[in-house]
Amino acid sequence: MKYHSPKSFEDAAAIAQNADGITRYLAGGTDVLVQLRADVVTPDDLIDIKKIDGVHDITETGDGWTIGVAVSGAEMSEHPALGMEWPGIVEAMDLIGSQQIQGRATLVGNLCNGSPAADSVPALVAAGASVTLTRTGGTRTVAVEDVPTGPGRTSLEKDEVVSAVNIPKQVENGGDAYLRFIPRTEMDIAVVGCGVNLRLDGDTITEARVSLGAVAPTVLLVEEAAKAIIGTTLDGGALEALASAASTACNPIDDKRGTIKFRTHVAGVLAKRAAKIAYDRAKGVK
Amino acid sequence: MSENDVKTNGFKVVGTRPNRPDGTDKVTGRAKFGADMAAPGMLHAAIVRSPHAHAKIIKIDTSKAEALADVKAVMTRADFADGLTGGDWDVLENIMAGEKTLYDGHAVAAVAATSPLAARDAAKLIDVTYEVLPHVTDVDKAMVTDAPIIRAGTADASVPEGLHPNVVRYHESGHGDVEQGFADADLIIEDSFKTEATHQGYIEPHACLAQMGNDGRAELWCCTQGHFNVQKICAKVTGTDASQIRVTASEIGGGFGGKTAVFIEPVALILSRKSNRPVKLVMSRAEVFRATGPTASTSMDIKIGMTKTGKITAGQGVFRLQGGAFPGAPSDLTAMCAFAPYALENVHQVGYDVMSNRPKQAAYRAPGSPMAAFAVESVIDELCNKLGLDPIEVRLMNASKQGTKASFGPKFDRIGLVETLEAAKSHAHYAAPLGEGEGRGISCGFWFNHGGETAVSLALSEDGTAALSVGTPDIGGSRASMCQMAAEELGIPYDKIRTTIADTATLGYNEVSHGSRVTYASGLATIKAARDAVDKLCGRAAAKWGIDRDAVFWEDGCAKPSGPNAGDFDPIPLAQLTARMGATGGPIVGHFEATPEGAGVSFATHIVDAKVDKETGQTSVVRYTVVQDAGKAIHPSYVEGQFQGGAAQGIGWALNEEYIYGEDGRLQNSNFLDYRIPVASDLPMIDTVIVEVPNPGHPYGVRGVGETSICPPLAAIANAVSGAAGVRLTQLPMSPPRILEALDQQASG
Ligand SMILES: Cc1cc2nc3c(=O)[nH]c(=O)nc-3n(C[C@H](O)[C@H](O)[C@H](O)COP(=O)(O)OP(=O)(O)OC[C@H]3O[C@@H](n4cnc5c(N)ncnc54)[C@H](O)[C@@H]3O)c2cc1C
Repeated sequence: MKYHSPKSFEDAAAIAQNADGITRYLAGGTDVLVQLRADVVTPDDLIDIKKIDGVHDITETGDGWTIGVAVSGAEMSEHPALGMEWPGIVEAMDLIGSQQIQGRATLVGNLCNGSPAADSVPALVAAGASVTLTRTGGTRTVAVEDVPTGPGRTSLEKDEVVSAVNIPKQVENGGDAYLRFIPRTEMDIAVVGCGVNLRLDGDTITEARVSLGAVAPTVLLVEEAAKAIIGTTLDGGALEALASAASTACNPIDDKRGTIKFRTHVAGVLAKRAAKIAYDRAKGVK
Repeated sequence: MSENDVKTNGFKVVGTRPNRPDGTDKVTGRAKFGADMAAPGMLHAAIVRSPHAHAKIIKIDTSKAEALADVKAVMTRADFADGLTGGDWDVLENIMAGEKTLYDGHAVAAVAATSPLAARDAAKLIDVTYEVLPHVTDVDKAMVTDAPIIRAGTADASVPEGLHPNVVRYHESGHGDVEQGFADADLIIEDSFKTEATHQGYIEPHACLAQMGNDGRAELWCCTQGHFNVQKICAKVTGTDASQIRVTASEIGGGFGGKTAVFIEPVALILSRKSNRPVKLVMSRAEVFRATGPTASTSMDIKIGMTKTGKITAGQGVFRLQGGAFPGAPSDLTAMCAFAPYALENVHQVGYDVMSNRPKQAAYRAPGSPMAAFAVESVIDELCNKLGLDPIEVRLMNASKQGTKASFGPKFDRIGLVETLEAAKSHAHYAAPLGEGEGRGISCGFWFNHGGETAVSLALSEDGTAALSVGTPDIGGSRASMCQMAAEELGIPYDKIRTTIADTATLGYNEVSHGSRVTYASGLATIKAARDAVDKLCGRAAAKWGIDRDAVFWEDGCAKPSGPNAGDFDPIPLAQLTARMGATGGPIVGHFEATPEGAGVSFATHIVDAKVDKETGQTSVVRYTVVQDAGKAIHPSYVEGQFQGGAAQGIGWALNEEYIYGEDGRLQNSNFLDYRIPVASDLPMIDTVIVEVPNPGHPYGVRGVGETSICPPLAAIANAVSGAAGVRLTQLPMSPPRILEALDQQASG
């Protein structure tokens, strides 16, 4: 195995382009190193991106936030303003692993590992976040929901590396939330995850994005679920319609972590609960 | 021993809570566990394991691995001793497969190389050709006519004709006339229950360091609950004299019964003999899950009859246990424990020991009893609900007492079940109101406890301190209790005694630390060894004073003349006698070597409040109280720790832990992410009440406490969850999908 520590994203992309075996980027390493030890993936080239300038920064821009690709969950939680604006994203990231994992794990690693159960991904999708991809001689921006293409797979080209995560500015009277279901209270992988981001005009929802994790091969952005609550005050009928739309969108598997029936049902339950939290946040209820 | 010989009061050290002698080592990292030992020139070993649940081994090609310069030895079953039979053959066959692999993870070959990575890579180069055979991993499926046969001819004479060859032992016991009993009942409830295999989940994987020369002399360091047993098994399977293998037990990071079995030590010894180098072998977590000994899984049918007032008129149970690819599932113990808490006129129980393509089950805390309690106590709970009776009153009405003919045969001696029920009844928890969505569960539990072969020696030092050597690895703070008991007898301070877990060359044979026997048996041995030393000390004082030995007695750490007739002499403290040991007859050492047989049985009653989220099926345990009879708590903190530990493991077993096998017969969840042991935030503070009804078989009345604590939780939690959910849960674990499924089925009628 060859270990590289390039000083720029272009260099990182060039190393990936010229590599001919299995390549992995090393962000926090909480997926890469675990898979290496478990004999699941033994990379030929390991490209550490933590030595690149600016990758540890959380930057507030005019239109939102840029999160560096090496920013850890703990750094996000400790940031004084990010969590006030996007509590759902920060809480989703904070659910990952333990104290030790929080010191290393990143948003980009969570996304590019390609697990359908990744916790931060539905929250990013609900927020309308995107990633910047860099290759030699250019960059492009891709919506988060378009990155995963299946378990363990992404739409990144061989010579592309994520160089930043972009989170838009939360709108006025907006609120987000993320909930996951696990059988225990922590240290577990989501059996179902749900992100909701919505905007109010008075008591009425005017915009919404609802996303689901762990119920299909990739994260789902469920438009029908958003439609079920837009124009409502999140009354009982709207909540039932939301739950039903979320459950209908599910296309899960039966496995050791949960059954199809269970995941489908609980997706609806979580959608209702997350929507209520997002609604309260949009209203400024603490 | 009669009850009059039991000391029940006037203790100075026993019953206090001093710091444990191994505490500083453990919190500073100085303690040496199995994987902490190293030796110059040491090699590292790795084991090749079967990926198939059941397969014939056609060929093992080790040539590619052997060609590597880093590889110093490769071994297969052919390197073990020949000609073993019966249980010894079973042990060897489990250590390394012969003609067939019998479960996913079964060891097939092993290598020793210069680094852990080199060993791992070399293991991958060992090419095993298999012919895959049909497999079965479920207990009920393993008993049906066309089930694949694990090994024909394994059944013993107890098995009635006409049963599948996978049924290898049969147990039947009871008394009275159950048909008459059911006829006398006002209400009869019959139900079936299933529990999945669970793992003890000890935090330290098995590990050892072995050195064996061509002369057959060997040194072995390992984490085990019983190094004398390791010595015995290693000698047999390597074809060596037991006395030539000296085994030292390391500190142990948990065992709970799972480290009473031997898996890797003989492999390391043989690799060492072949390479002429020390060999270290450490299991990974996945290996621990796949190839050590989880519990048996069960399928059980229970029928109980009760009168309107709560008298149990008859109890009947059928218990089928799947114990992996070898005989030994504790179906007899399950059957015997099932109804033990109750004084029944009519009781009948049957147990089946069934083989399947899973790892050989090992002991796990009160092996067999928790599952039986789950099934029986669930039915009792349902009877109480239907008849509108208080669950503690019903249990009190039927409770076993001194003189009761136990469901498994003998008459109980002095026991403390009623006392635990009374304490539970008057505990604030039992009267506390339940919150929204909560249910409360009660259960009793029973375990036999055990004595077993025990040897202890207590050597006095010239400076008046004492070195106590015991042969039972300390798996629960026992060194503290041993120091307390020795201090009590010798009359010297607790910290003037050091207890060591001595190696196999130092003491006579000691049975493993199991059966909740250590504080009972090694404790009894310590007290008797101390009394032996005191007797010798009194003899030295008598000689000095020129009086009879009988005219001297021991009190407060001094030899004293026993009365005015004995003479007027100043008491002589222990340190003065030991200071002159050499000149007055030589070293003073107290001994005990015997097999104590008075381990008193023990009972517990647990109270649990659980809350169920009916939308997701998630359970949280909100309050938990353990009430258990300890006989006499030598060190109350460690007794409480055992109570809490049993409840914590029970919560995991009840709610989320399970061995999940795929259609392919492979274990799907061999890691702590998917094998869902409780994490700290899953548990409430577990409250404890120590009941002390002295055991007549121990000088201070001690009963073992380590195992009984895991007997009631499965049932108590199931009763609480069933109450909260409003539907009876009959299958463990009560994972969220199972709870939702049960609610769904209830809703659809
Ligand atoms: C004990 C434990 C608990 C966990 N709990 C959870 C949990 O609760 N929820 C959850 O979702 N996950 C969990 N995880 C998984 C893991 O921690 C997360 O997925 C984490 O966010 C991964 O981030 P990382 O920085 O460590 O990624 P890494 O391991 O460094 O990388 C992961 C993947 O992303 C790719 N990658 C990294 N950076 C880039 C880049 N800049 N451009 C393109 N590709 C890139 C790598 O090639 C690799 O394939 C857990 C892991 C452990 C060990």
